[in-house]
Amino acid sequence: MIRYILRRILFLIPVLIGVAFCVFTLLYLTPGDPARMILGDMATENAIKEFRAKEGLDKPFLLQFGNYIYKAITQGDIGRSYITKRPVMNEIMATFPATLKLAAFAIVIAVVVGLPCGILSAIKQYSVFDTLAMIFAMIGLSMPVFWLGLLLILLFSVHLRWLPPSGFDTFKAMILPSLALSAQSISMITRMTRSSMLEVVRADYIRTARSKGQKESVVIWVHALHNALIPVVTLCGLQFGHLLAGAILTESIFAVPGVGRLMVESIKMRDYPVVQGGVLFVAVAFSVVNLLVDLLYAYIDPRIKAQYR
Amino acid sequence: MSDYSAAAPAVTGRKSRRGLAEVLFRLRKSPLAMFGLIFILCLAFVAVFAGVLAPYPYQKQNLMHSYETPSRQFWLGTDEFGRDILSRLIYGARISLQVGFIAVGIALFVGGMLGAVAGYYGGWIDNGIMRLMDVLLSVPQTLLAIAIAASLGPGLFNLMIAVGIAAVPNYARIVRGSVLSIREMEFIEAARAVGSSDLRIILKHILPNSMAPIIVQSTLGVASAILNAAGLSFIGLGIQPPYPEWGAMLSGGRQYIRDYAHLTLYPGLAIMLTILALNFLGDGLRDALDPKLKR
Repeated sequence: MIRYILRRILFLIPVLIGVAFCVFTLLYLTPGDPARMILGDMATENAIKEFRAKEGLDKPFLLQFGNYIYKAITQGDIGRSYITKRPVMNEIMATFPATLKLAAFAIVIAVVVGLPCGILSAIKQYSVFDTLAMIFAMIGLSMPVFWLGLLLILLFSVHLRWLPPSGFDTFKAMILPSLALSAQSISMITRMTRSSMLEVVRADYIRTARSKGQKESVVIWVHALHNALIPVVTLCGLQFGHLLAGAILTESIFAVPGVGRLMVESIKMRDYPVVQGGVLFVAVAFSVVNLLVDLLYAYIDPRIKAQYR
Repeated sequence: MSDYSAAAPAVTGRKSRRGLAEVLFRLRKSPLAMFGLIFILCLAFVAVFAGVLAPYPYQKQNLMHSYETPSRQFWLGTDEFGRDILSRLIYGARISLQVGFIAVGIALFVGGMLGAVAGYYGGWIDNGIMRLMDVLLSVPQTLLAIAIAASLGPGLFNLMIAVGIAAVPNYARIVRGSVLSIREMEFIEAARAVGSSDLRIILKHILPNSMAPIIVQSTLGVASAILNAAGLSFIGLGIQPPYPEWGAMLSGGRQYIRDYAHLTLYPGLAIMLTILALNFLGDGLRDALDPKLKR
């Protein structure tokens, strides 16, 4: 198992360097001179030249990338904001907790709603509940998060006046953004749990359990669910990674002070280092979450664990 | 030898017609998939004939009729500039479908070729291409599209490129998988034996035989491309005013949501129904094309 963990961690390193390379190339190809953007239009040619030399911006592309990676690893430095002039990492670290909290709330809602719905759908296959659950799941998958967010604001904030339309400082304020963000995950978890359960309940060992005279509730909740949940756990983990990225649109609708909103504001102000830093940060977080999911999967599925004994 | 190669496409043609008829037959048995297909065909019709069907030009402003709720004159109401929302939605269908299909076309072309080359040649070429795809896959698709669009700048063409490139790894993986399962088959060996070039084998023999998963992925891909494009336009990275892209319309109407909800209601509904239809169609096609589900 330790060999597997080490292999997965080693595999992550080139992937992260590759992501950093893509992100850095995108920033490099973006029109505009970073030196002029940081120093402003009033800066003299000499000052710009000096700044370019000091920051290594006059060096060849690959050397600049090497320097970027070195600074990112040793100092956590991924550039400076054109607007606030503060290090990008500081800006991101100040906003990341809100994004993490939002994604965590959303995944909790998705699991609490999606899992029972999927199980019930599978147990009562072709019933009214199953049909309705599948229709709602499909609608949830097709509904743009930014539209759902606006509809939730319209219903719960404008008409009913139950919940605030923006902010993220109180529990009440967290409900709408988390609900909006969780909709697609609820749908995916419901569909995955249902199909996984349906696959498992047709397996031979379930027939054996039934033929031994086990109670139906024990067959479903103990024998079937245990195996059906393995792919669902993986999906939940992967969804958490996607929620970190998906939070960009949700945060901008509900004015949640997270990385997503920081990125959207930076896009509007053409503050590219923050945009690229945000992309890199979320991509790294996403990769780390995926790694943890893979390890968790190997841990809970004895078949995978056995391969690496 | 030439007789042999001339006969082969005829046989393939007959087979594919039978296959297509069977797929359509199976698709007809799924009401949701048929709903999806009919909805998309209607939407394509509306998009093509937008100039004839739209009651007003999409950019025509009439400040005397700003923020009007649905009426007989303006079926879905008007926006802050008095522009007819229905007309803008109809023209918006043209843009959204264009973005969806062209972005998937880009992704399919680039990803398909990369996947086919990786799968066919194997070895270090396969390793190199697929590790690059792994890198791209480790960035969520929406985020990658945002990063590319932020670098390229806003605009219809850049939007298509951003959404298309972000989807390339999905197609590369699917095509590679299909190619791997086909490349060792006897008819590929036969094609190689009669002296077909690698390019011809990939284009004429391998790709046509790995169409089933590609068709399903493309149908679902159009849905996700439209959704991604709408999201990018919503945050100001996509289509710029006055072009009536659905996501941009939603974004424009959000500040008036308290008093004029219809500004955001209809564009959102249009996006949702289109994605829903494409998802139903994609699911239906998957069932129809999946050999495991056959009788």
